[in-house]
Amino acid sequence: MTAPTVSAPSTPMAVPSVSAATAAAGTTTSPAPTRTAGSSGAVGTSRTRLEGRAKVTGAARYAGEVPFAELAYGWLATSTVARGRIRSIGAEPVLAMPGVLAVLHHENAPRLKPGVGMMGPDATLQILQDDRVPHVGWPVALVVAETPEQARAAAEALVVTYDEEPHDVGFSSGHPGLHTPDGGPRARTDTEKGDIEAELAASAVVVDEEYTTPEEYHTAMEPHAAVARWEDGRLEVIDSNQGSHAVAQDLAKLFFLDATSVRVRSEHVGGAFGSKGLMRPHLIVAAMAATMLDRPVRVVLTRRQLFSMVGFRPATAQRIRLGAEPGGRLRALDHDATSFSSTINEYVEQSAQPSRVVYAADALRTRTRVVRLDVPTPSFMRAPGWAPGSFAIESAMDELAEKTGLDPITLRLRNEPEVGPASGLPFSSRNLIPCFEEGARRFGWTDRDPRPGTRRDGRWLLGTGMAAAAHSAGTAPSSASITAEADGTFTVRIAAADIGTGARTALTQIAADALETPLKTVRVKIADSDFGPAFLAGGSMGTASWAWAVTEAAAALREKLALVDQIPGEGTTARADTTELVMAMRGQERYAFGAQFAEVAVDVASGEVRVRRMLGTFAVGRVVNPLTARSQLIGGMIMGLSMALHEEGIRDTASGGLVNGDLAGYHVASNADVPVIEAGWVDDPDTYNPTGIKGLGEIGIVGVAAAIANAVWHATGIRHRSLPIRLDRVLTAGTAIENSIGGGAVTY
Amino acid sequence: MNPTKSSAISLRVNGETHSLTVDNRTTLLDALREHIDLTGTKKGCDQGQCGACTVLLDGRRANSCLQLAVAAEGRAVTTIEGMADGERLHPVQQAFLDFDGYQCGYCTPGQVCSAVAVIEEHAAGWPSAATADIRPETGPPPLDDNEIRERMSGNLCRCGAYVSIVRAVAEAAAQAAAVRESAGDTTPDGGSGSGTVPAGGSGARVTA
Repeated sequence: MTAPTVSAPSTPMAVPSVSAATAAAGTTTSPAPTRTAGSSGAVGTSRTRLEGRAKVTGAARYAGEVPFAELAYGWLATSTVARGRIRSIGAEPVLAMPGVLAVLHHENAPRLKPGVGMMGPDATLQILQDDRVPHVGWPVALVVAETPEQARAAAEALVVTYDEEPHDVGFSSGHPGLHTPDGGPRARTDTEKGDIEAELAASAVVVDEEYTTPEEYHTAMEPHAAVARWEDGRLEVIDSNQGSHAVAQDLAKLFFLDATSVRVRSEHVGGAFGSKGLMRPHLIVAAMAATMLDRPVRVVLTRRQLFSMVGFRPATAQRIRLGAEPGGRLRALDHDATSFSSTINEYVEQSAQPSRVVYAADALRTRTRVVRLDVPTPSFMRAPGWAPGSFAIESAMDELAEKTGLDPITLRLRNEPEVGPASGLPFSSRNLIPCFEEGARRFGWTDRDPRPGTRRDGRWLLGTGMAAAAHSAGTAPSSASITAEADGTFTVRIAAADIGTGARTALTQIAADALETPLKTVRVKIADSDFGPAFLAGGSMGTASWAWAVTEAAAALREKLALVDQIPGEGTTARADTTELVMAMRGQERYAFGAQFAEVAVDVASGEVRVRRMLGTFAVGRVVNPLTARSQLIGGMIMGLSMALHEEGIRDTASGGLVNGDLAGYHVASNADVPVIEAGWVDDPDTYNPTGIKGLGEIGIVGVAAAIANAVWHATGIRHRSLPIRLDRVLTAGTAIENSIGGGAVTY
Repeated sequence: MNPTKSSAISLRVNGETHSLTVDNRTTLLDALREHIDLTGTKKGCDQGQCGACTVLLDGRRANSCLQLAVAAEGRAVTTIEGMADGERLHPVQQAFLDFDGYQCGYCTPGQVCSAVAVIEEHAAGWPSAATADIRPETGPPPLDDNEIRERMSGNLCRCGAYVSIVRAVAEAAAQAAAVRESAGDTTPDGGSGSGTVPAGGSGARVTA
């Protein structure tokens, strides 16, 4: 769900925002808030997905599934060394293999325009342009053949030799290469308020710990796929991405084409989680090959290639220092976050973000450092910064609760800020406390015995834990058009993407209400760059941004229709673009909030941790479709469970490659890992964006790993500060509880 | 070995016979997707780890990415496209739609094929790793949530739709049991699809 956005990864202040005055003016000059609450009442009611029938029957075609006559198949060959230069590419014997049409590499591939990128120059787009190898798994050649079997065999037969150079893939918080990144104005890496050292020195209670999270991978079920072809002078592309318009823009620039000469469509997308936000190599090489061969070319990444070419969440090491009064009030909060990027792009995992938002402290300091390693370029993965950052700060808060003898919720209530702790700006809304209260009630938190290791079920030690969650809820410019058809129906066109979020259905509900027409009279067409600029399905900003454009277009259309006696055959169309409205937003911080609760069972003999139940209560603004909203929140929570217990990309320092780059080695939660999970929400009115929508694609994952780690402490008395909480880590750490198996550390 | 060697085969898919010439290296999955244009069966990993390519082979679920097309000759292949009865969805498909047992939809065809087989495997009395008592005389275990989770764990869903998938499978299983009971079939050890779900094996969890 996560993607590059105009605001993320960024400081809260960077979210395009409306000042209090502007917001107030907006509500009087713009009827938008009432537009979405139109008479048909579609918004707020549960609707099954409009494309649901196509998905359950297999009729929905994803990017790699659209047939074309004369289709050729491309297969990437990737580097086997972590750093160096290509010495030779043995294309000749491969070209002689059956069915092989071309071998593209840095010496014969079309030249691309340098400096192109959605968020600034992106060196990962410069595929097959030079002999430099920046990491294991970098694309070095594309083999194109008549069939996928021929292409695969030829790519595997291609011999590439390298002049290898020494590499460094080892990350730690003590790495000498750590430096302050240039985050730019929208991605502040450091904040400082008050005298952190003085407040720490004066604190009665101090927590000072390091928390680590490993490399984590999106692993969307649909591998990235694209088919490119030239048709009537246009480069026509079907691609798996989170934003067809932005990808089309970059593709045009990269190939020195007019923006109008490129069309990108992405009707169905099989999951993304951030990995399909930016243009990726499969599309670039497909476009190259289609141009060179003048026939349609499809390139689908293999599962293993996905682990080196479409981004990942970098490992983090985060030191948290908390200083508090005996009653729990924070005097000092210091969040020092480190992570890594590649040698070619400086991606920054903004893990300190939650500490600028969630708690008040007299002194507050956040720092973000990054080191460049010979690894693939990390990228946005669901709740970038927020997810790993929340593991650190929410674990530390649980440690502070233990040290102060306070209930973890009570401790948090005592540190609830009036305004943005780092920015001093007002919150557009902040309903975190109702999340705690409602969540505690539903979960049965109130009766909890705070002492660790007091509950047991046979060989299982039981514990419960909780954590707070926050995620930015920004808005980005988008455009939409709506046509009133002569037959009384309406067609909405917007370059939105439905990557599994239910956006198609939600936008239909929004449009029906805004047009005050029954749901069945509205058809929404999405994911076509020809529909004009629209923000990505990312940063939890998609639905909020698109819905605003749709409601504005509906208002414009209704004004137009009021002046028309009869709708002409081609229909009557109105367009809207929210750029000016969004750019006028200033001066407030806007977030979704939540409270996560988990109950775990820990088998200290095997080291197994089982989550028995989870509950999340969220403040996510207006909920458009409760059915799909619940699915998305629970899906985020399951990814959080997976992050807590299973996910870990293991990099081999000798080869520089990933050891476990497939779905057998890289564990994601399976059905049997997932218990009963409930997600709900509290009232959270917030018309700072007049649609009232905050977006909920990412908030679900935030805080989950901490809630589970805190529950493991409650079960065993042992803190796990490194994710995932693997069996061997539990076994090695054992339990602090007397009379348990082994009476302490269990060794076998 | 000549890597270009191909074979003329006929595949029986969803009751129809297809004659095609395939590269001997062609998997059943690629034969379905690239030769017969049945793209409902998905390629998630192409190495037997994710379950997205699950089809039914002679009524039993199999990863079609691990099966060579030439080896599937003579076997009955059922794909997601063969599940619905014309316009009427299979009860498992309907339950996935109603309970929102999916998000992006990419793992869904494999999940549905697995679920159809799970319900039959269970009804036929097959135990799973979650079955507490596997003695034949105790009869089929209740198809409770843990049984469904265990039996559906060969199909990964990265969107995290598991909670709704369990509900959908339970609902469809309860419907299938009701159909069997109304048909008067109470043979506990019948063949595929003819077993009985013990009383109490369904109701409560469907309303969860």
